[in-house]
Amino acid sequence: MGLSTKTKAALLGPLNKNNPVIVQVLGICSALAVTSKLEPSLVMAVAVTLVLAAANVIISLLRKTIPNRIRIIVQLVVVATLVTIVSEVLKAFAYDVNKQLSVFVGLIVTNCILMGRLEAFALGNGPWPSFLDGIGNGLGYGWILVAVGFFRELLGSGELLGYKVIPQFMYDAGYQNNGLMMLAPMALILVAVIIWVHRSRNKELQEETN
Amino acid sequence: MKALRNYLDKIKPNFEEGGKLHWLYSTYDAFETFLFVPNTTSKRGVHIHDARDSKRTMIIVIVALIPALLVGMYNVGLQHYMAIGQEVSLLNKFLFGLIAMLPLIVVSYVVGLGIEFAMAQVKKEEVAEGFLVSGMLIPMIVPIDTPLWMVAVATAFSVIFAKEVFGGTGYNIFNVALIVRAFLFFSYPSKMSGDQVWVRTADTFGMGKGSVIDGYSGATPLGQIATTEAGSFSEFTFHGITGDPLSISDMFFGFIPGSVGEVSTFAILLGALILIATGVGSWKTMLSVFVGGAVGVLLVNTFAQNAIMEMPLYYHFLLGGFAFGAVFMATDPVTSARTERGKWIYGFLIGLMAITIRVFNPGYPEGMMLAILLMNAFAPLIDFYVIDANIRRRLKRAAAVSQQA
Repeated sequence: MGLSTKTKAALLGPLNKNNPVIVQVLGICSALAVTSKLEPSLVMAVAVTLVLAAANVIISLLRKTIPNRIRIIVQLVVVATLVTIVSEVLKAFAYDVNKQLSVFVGLIVTNCILMGRLEAFALGNGPWPSFLDGIGNGLGYGWILVAVGFFRELLGSGELLGYKVIPQFMYDAGYQNNGLMMLAPMALILVAVIIWVHRSRNKELQEETN
Repeated sequence: MKALRNYLDKIKPNFEEGGKLHWLYSTYDAFETFLFVPNTTSKRGVHIHDARDSKRTMIIVIVALIPALLVGMYNVGLQHYMAIGQEVSLLNKFLFGLIAMLPLIVVSYVVGLGIEFAMAQVKKEEVAEGFLVSGMLIPMIVPIDTPLWMVAVATAFSVIFAKEVFGGTGYNIFNVALIVRAFLFFSYPSKMSGDQVWVRTADTFGMGKGSVIDGYSGATPLGQIATTEAGSFSEFTFHGITGDPLSISDMFFGFIPGSVGEVSTFAILLGALILIATGVGSWKTMLSVFVGGAVGVLLVNTFAQNAIMEMPLYYHFLLGGFAFGAVFMATDPVTSARTERGKWIYGFLIGLMAITIRVFNPGYPEGMMLAILLMNAFAPLIDFYVIDANIRRRLKRAAAVSQQA
């Protein structure tokens, strides 16, 4: 199935040049809060991608009938419904992860990326591009979360998805896990490092220096 | 000298435009200007030269650090031989401290300067001399038993994220050496606090072998009072690592467990004299830190509930990193407030915060590091309002004058 340039941009743009986290700097709060381990990062990424794609499609279908003045309320209702479903599913099938994510599943409602995409894209585009846009932005948000979660869990607890990956002889030789990695500031610094690498590879994203 | 100059001249073409080692020009330039005063002069315009360029300023701070460093090294040996219960000569104690300390100094300088040189090379700039002091401060404010790889990781982190990303020497918001310490403190708390890290009990390169005596306790005085169960200060005594009580002179001259730099208030005061006499460190900042600390202590003394709240003023000044922070950290010209009135506010709040953290947070027996880092963040704001107030005052005066006329 060939995709047109526009749909391709909607799907792939957010993964790189138009990334919601490292270019638009949205959704930072949850990126800091849930990434101390890889597993919650993955679950959060999937949850946001699903909610965003579904909300985009629903709002896009309703876009002709939503009165302009109450559109935010309608968007909130749609997102809140979807988040509640995700939250209940998580409680039923992945209770431990749900506990680790705590309020941040519920706070997907207020995730800036969601409102941003609904306002900026779904209200002006058809369901199919909106769906792709939702998937794209969800994955764009997700890969940052997973990358940050990967390094925080690896360096902070020496594990990945709960399995020990740093061998015992390293600890015997005096290696220690980095406690700072488990604290939120380090997530901010890791996001900054990703932004640093990304900007230095994409010259057109760099701000003009005077 | 002559031979050195000739050699530098001989290899210079390799580093200049077109030479095969041109990419190493910054490194060459750094060594050339380190060895010889550059003889290039400005061609246009008026330039005022002050004898206090940054290289000289840095050297003076290093000189001011030397008393604290020497006493601290001796103290490392002293505490070690006390811990293993052996009597050795003064020179032996000093030598032990020296060889225990040297690896820390070497690691700190090699890692920090390595990154600085590499960054200068990439940015094609001159190598700035800002790390000369930081590199010496770092080993002086960490426990003697900090593993070397941790010092290396923390130094690399600090130089890159606290300094280079902000633009290098002179642009950093936070004190680089303190960021190293903060990074270590939050990353590896077991190696940075508690009673196991302040005294080296193992031998160093085979020197000073022995087993630890019975009744040994390596807690620092501040650590002792933070965890004491004594209900009031009069029931509490500071004790050294052998269990004997500590006298005021022990604390003043620095024969207590602690980081190398901060133990000897006497040596720090010598350093302060050098800094103030040469004008390198601001006496206003130093004095106001102590004033702020004094106000804080008097306040908590008045409402004292437990031993540490009752601890008298002079103990606060003699123990922990208070004096060291006030003299060498708070006065860092880059990260402190720059306006003269701002320095008073900045220093005062550092002293107050340090005492507050010390007294009210048993998790952090020493508050100086966090207090200075916090005020580093506020220094630009303080400056902004001091300047703003000055502008308003002068505008008001100008308005009054013009009304009279």
